[in-house]
Amino acid sequence: MLSKLSKKMFAKSLWVYHCNSGACNGCDIEILNVLTPYYDVERFGIKLVGSPRHADVMLLSGAVTRPTLPLVKKAYEAIPEPKLVFGIGSCATGGGCWFDTYNVTGGGDKAIPVNYFIPGCPTKPEAIIYGVALALGLVDKQASPYELKQMEFPIDAYERKKAWEERNVIYQLIKD
Amino acid sequence: MWLTSKIKQVLLVLKPGVVTLKYPFVPRPVPDTFRGAPYWDHTKCVGCGGCANHCPARTIMVRDICQEIRVMMYDGSRCTYCGRCADVCPENAITMTNKYELATDDKYDITETMELFMLTCQRCGRCYEMETKNAIDRMDLRGYRYDNIEARTVIRKTTDQFEPKVFQETAQFKRPEKL
Repeated sequence: MLSKLSKKMFAKSLWVYHCNSGACNGCDIEILNVLTPYYDVERFGIKLVGSPRHADVMLLSGAVTRPTLPLVKKAYEAIPEPKLVFGIGSCATGGGCWFDTYNVTGGGDKAIPVNYFIPGCPTKPEAIIYGVALALGLVDKQASPYELKQMEFPIDAYERKKAWEERNVIYQLIKD
Repeated sequence: MWLTSKIKQVLLVLKPGVVTLKYPFVPRPVPDTFRGAPYWDHTKCVGCGGCANHCPARTIMVRDICQEIRVMMYDGSRCTYCGRCADVCPENAITMTNKYELATDDKYDITETMELFMLTCQRCGRCYEMETKNAIDRMDLRGYRYDNIEARTVIRKTTDQFEPKVFQETAQFKRPEKL
């Protein structure tokens, strides 16, 4: 539903503002990689702009650290409505290795509402393109939670008990 | 003069042709050594908890809901795809697949849960190679574990026997709010 709505709202070119909130530069380099002629995202009309006031979309990379938290909030408020936020990398999605530490808020969604999550450490450039295409409604979502369940014992308990009893017949005989 | 240079440019550009990938419309294969989302094989898993002990981002939670049944959960939202869980697994139950198209609008889409039957081990009892060289490795947990799956937190508390009291205490665990 969100992708349909965003297709209607963002019918023309998306202008992207790249916000680093304490990332290790891995995801930032991959974002720049996406803009190169090899993975050309300008065919979708995506363009990197320097100011949040010009942007439609915010690319958030990095677990939002305590010093950057007010700045990230300010940058988010400066983007005119309607706006989308992409959390890029494991840090922006769930906080990465630092989700529990003292100066990290633990993921982008704790600071500002994030619309799309693109996990990966760092994300593959293809994965970023896939996330953008998902937001534009070009491809279908592939990720889904799944549950696994053992329906039978991994080691056959009954056979083992039988074998153990057969082995211990001798002790029963000695007892008598 | 400018025309000849333009012709030269065109000839230079014609040589490599179009290099841009048609990615989202055409699937793109990954290299063989690529590590994507990990996948659990529930038929092979013995539930030793080695992956949970070795995970740097603490993505794998282990909760014993009774004496025999153990629930394990992989929270992919903070996974760094390092592959340590696949390295340490004694039964090779974890494989790193080449799946990278994991973008979602809900971050709980990339979770895996697994329910296991637990038995008393008949073998040596050391399921995986537990390292004892440094203090961090010696912090490995063994025994019954009570991580909270709904709050997605690892609780560093273990018991030798299953205790319903600890089970109920950890059920209401909440992560401290920072904002």
